[in-house]
Amino acid sequence: MRKMMLVGVSALTLTTGVLSAQDTLRIITWKGYTPKALVKKFEAETGIKLKITYSNNEEMIAKLRATRGGGFDLAQPSQDRISFVQKKFPIYLPMDYSKINTKQIIPSMLAAVKKNSGVDGKGYAVPFCYGTTGLIINKKAAPEAGDWSDLWNPKYAGKISYRLKRPLLIGAAFGMGKDPFALYGDKKAYAALIEEVTQKLIATKKMVKNYWTSADTQKANMTSGDVVVESGWDGIGWQLHKSNPDIDFVAPKSGALGWIDTYAIPAKSKNIEGAYKFINFMLKPENAAFFTNKEGYGTASNGAEKFLKAEIKDNFARSFTKADIDNIKWHPPVPAGFESIESKALERIKAAK
Amino acid sequence: MEGNKKAFYFLLTPVLIWLVLLIIIPHIDLFVSSFKAENDAGTLVWSLENYIEFFRDSIYWRTFLNTAMYAIGVTLLAFVVTFPIAFYLTKVVSKKYASFLTLLLLIPLWIGELVTIYGWVIILGDHGVINESLKWLGIIDTPIKLLYTDLSMTIGLLYMSMLFMIIPVMTTLESLDDSLIEAASDLGASKWTIIRRIVIPHSMPGIINGAIIVFMLVIGDYVAPNILGGKSSLWFTEQIYNQFLSTFNWNEGAAFGFLLLMLSSAVIWLALKLSGQKLDKVGQ
Repeated sequence: MRKMMLVGVSALTLTTGVLSAQDTLRIITWKGYTPKALVKKFEAETGIKLKITYSNNEEMIAKLRATRGGGFDLAQPSQDRISFVQKKFPIYLPMDYSKINTKQIIPSMLAAVKKNSGVDGKGYAVPFCYGTTGLIINKKAAPEAGDWSDLWNPKYAGKISYRLKRPLLIGAAFGMGKDPFALYGDKKAYAALIEEVTQKLIATKKMVKNYWTSADTQKANMTSGDVVVESGWDGIGWQLHKSNPDIDFVAPKSGALGWIDTYAIPAKSKNIEGAYKFINFMLKPENAAFFTNKEGYGTASNGAEKFLKAEIKDNFARSFTKADIDNIKWHPPVPAGFESIESKALERIKAAK
Repeated sequence: MEGNKKAFYFLLTPVLIWLVLLIIIPHIDLFVSSFKAENDAGTLVWSLENYIEFFRDSIYWRTFLNTAMYAIGVTLLAFVVTFPIAFYLTKVVSKKYASFLTLLLLIPLWIGELVTIYGWVIILGDHGVINESLKWLGIIDTPIKLLYTDLSMTIGLLYMSMLFMIIPVMTTLESLDDSLIEAASDLGASKWTIIRRIVIPHSMPGIINGAIIVFMLVIGDYVAPNILGGKSSLWFTEQIYNQFLSTFNWNEGAAFGFLLLMLSSAVIWLALKLSGQKLDKVGQ
């Protein structure tokens, strides 16, 4: 059924793509990454019409794999999910960095993404925004909470929530005093560590109120007061802080997990020029700042800072000390085959009584 | 006659194209790919590995068993809930209202599963219709946990599959001659005896027909367990989804898909054997 739909959708986009390849730009991205005001501005400036599809990392890869890199002109995968996919199924084009206005990108971030998305010495992505995964805490109800290990702290039993996805396993491993990223080169040791984490999370499953599955359930958990400690994204934590100052995002003591979402061009992109135009447009300091002011996520744009609202700067200052920033664990590229270890572990946790 | 034949083929062609292009070819493709697995070097070779994996790791076959048991439970529940309704609509209420009431029953089907499921989220949530009403009436102080439990999942599954039980049961009940019931009653049979000895045996083909559809719908559902289910509601379809989307192992996912088809067919075959029904009779 899913496959059938994929075929149908890609056939549809294919035909519309042929009709007006240069006037439209088909983007597959995350919700919130293409604010309406910026879309209008871009369309007015360039005359290119944007067609936007919302997705996530897994679906993005699956869709592009089904069409061998067709159906979209621009994608926004996370930087750690590019190289292993690219090695196996060539779904992206190498990035032509000479067409990118690199002056408006923070140099260290650009270099890191270029390296992490690299296959055979070629980079495949440009950074767009970044954020961290950590804890969202109700500071009134749980003033002492502040580490991944609080996700199995008996003190908060029944008022804990997290999302059953791979960042949880990584965060929990850090909370147990281990460094999962250091084991990325050793599949056996990594599998053993994940097994340990799995046992821990199964043993403490009864303390968990629920597993949240979307930004909405994540927010509802905290606003209803049912949950006092949960895993979550910084942007969401800060949004919650705005309406209830007791709730805030906290960088875990053993390290918040840093992610960077990027721009990458699918292999069968029909509007490559338009894609580069859009990347340069979105990273222009004033446009990038508009996005960050709205969504709260950090931007890779160099010079956007002076356009940022004071409350956005406050968010970072409140949640991250200098030491916290140095302690952010940036996701290295995921090695091939690790996803099946994690997926099985997550299924085991969910199946446990 | 000759013209009729032409018209027949003319009408058949779009159906055939649709069947072959969108159902048969993708299935063959999936079936073939389910027998391919990566070797240590990372190249795809012919192998039974994907099928062996299902039986080797208990997380897979246990989840399948769980799902199947749950689906059987929901099927039984669907029968218990809908049989009185079907009986009422065909035998008790006058024909005039019956068709209108049947139409009302069909409404949830027009809306689509996802929307009805989210409707249940609104009804069952901690601040949903039920909890707020109970609070307003002063019966409870703190909300009862209804959503994200096995109960909410069962309600969702039952709600979306119930109709497929009612319709076939109603069809068989309609063909039951009322005079048989009257005769039994005249001969002194109790209500319970009439239902057990006359009504149920007569509607058995409809019940089995409905049960097969409900069972297949529930075991193959993805939305209700995921949205309404609790902490432990791992459904087998979710494992298929994970193989395609989390681990990118489409071959394993294809094998799981065919295992789901084969194993649930086996359950149905077993149920037919045990109940002494024949598939061709049920299909009528």
